[in-house]
Amino acid sequence: MVPQKINWFKYSSPATFYFLAGKMIPWFAGAAVAFFAWGLYLGFFAAPTDAQQGEAYRIIFLHVPAAWMSMFIYVVMAGWAGLGLVLNTRLSSMMASALAPTGAMFTFLALWSGALWGKPTWGAYWVWDARLTSELILLFLYIGFMSLQATIEDPRRADRAGAVLALVGVVNVPIIYFSVRWWNTLHQGASVSLTQAPAMAAVMLQGMLVMALACWMYSIAVVLARVRCIILERERHSAWVAEFLEGERQ
Amino acid sequence: MLSLLRWVIARDLTLAIRRRADVLTTLFFFVIVVTLFPLGVGPEMDTLRRMGAGVLWVAALLASMLSLGRLFAADHLDGTLEQFLLIPQSLSVVVLGKIIAHWLVSGVPLVLMAPIVGLQYGLSPTALLALLASLLLGTPILSAIGAIGAALTLGLRGGGVLVSLLVLPLYVPVLIFGAGAVDAAVSGLGAEAHLSLLGALLLLALVLSPWTAAVALRISIE
Repeated sequence: MVPQKINWFKYSSPATFYFLAGKMIPWFAGAAVAFFAWGLYLGFFAAPTDAQQGEAYRIIFLHVPAAWMSMFIYVVMAGWAGLGLVLNTRLSSMMASALAPTGAMFTFLALWSGALWGKPTWGAYWVWDARLTSELILLFLYIGFMSLQATIEDPRRADRAGAVLALVGVVNVPIIYFSVRWWNTLHQGASVSLTQAPAMAAVMLQGMLVMALACWMYSIAVVLARVRCIILERERHSAWVAEFLEGERQ
Repeated sequence: MLSLLRWVIARDLTLAIRRRADVLTTLFFFVIVVTLFPLGVGPEMDTLRRMGAGVLWVAALLASMLSLGRLFAADHLDGTLEQFLLIPQSLSVVVLGKIIAHWLVSGVPLVLMAPIVGLQYGLSPTALLALLASLLLGTPILSAIGAIGAALTLGLRGGGVLVSLLVLPLYVPVLIFGAGAVDAAVSGLGAEAHLSLLGALLLLALVLSPWTAAVALRISIE
């Protein structure tokens, strides 16, 4: 018996992937809800009050996962976009477009929750710390990617132009990150250091990791749902969409 | 290859000389932006001296970005760009030539003007020298990165506003090291570290961006 190989390329066709995504969404959405419930329970009830920061520290259960996701999604988005540019697969580019709004949302969430945490802890909503600044620039990069794709009407050109921009961004992000860090350290003595976290209670760490998992599941579910919409929109002239919509109507 | 490069530069410079108004507009934009800052923040020399390098650099960034639209737009309108795509030599060389010409037309006048404007901010001779060096190294990077943005937005509605959204975040390192060089020179640390980093960025940009912009041009034209 030769083990049967899965033909992965089958799923790179939008028509096949549309239905596969439809089957996967409920699982990821369910997992997201479960992890969120568990993570929020750990964050609000199980984790003890922090000795120095009081209750305000609890925002890290959302803030840290959001910051992780914002950076990770950009890399994944650029990866899909690059794949679409090189292999000319439509689905990869659609995935990249579907990832961008979620990434931008997490970037915004990280900035916003960070500001709310910063007020009671540092006494200011915003400081020109290296991390804050590079996160803000990341938000600009997301917005640039989305507005470039929104402005170009031809979807193929939009995909490929967006891919070039995303890849240029990936090359530039480390440079930006380090330049901002040096800029900050050169100008003023670091008044706030995020790099040395005090030894964290195990339950806090656990809550944060569970929330990170929840954000992962949420991202996957939302991106799959969004890519389904994009597939329908882009493929609306194809036979299978017509058949599928006909079937839905009955 | 070199003859092609020379030819593209000479051609773009000739075109620029025949339309001098464009060059002067960019230069005066730079001067006006720099002049507006003291009106906004007040004329105290101490404040201005500390802000000077940053203000000049931001103004240079904006002025360089403003002229990006001209990089490919005219050639795109009259069909020259399509002929460039068809020539048997590498398109990257053509783009590199256009980047160099763009820098000569919009970057070099800014560099020459900057020390004069810098005097209005009370910058010391050391600071002016560092400013000159950093602008000399930095403005070509702006043209090179900007070429990618200009190529991506070629022929789009509202391309001028869009290009600023795409390009300005990518300019951040140039701004930081450029303005940082002047600050370091003033505080006695020496500007070499920043200038070296700017030089490294310049080499990286000159190698990668003509190629990237050429890819972007092919995407935009097809």
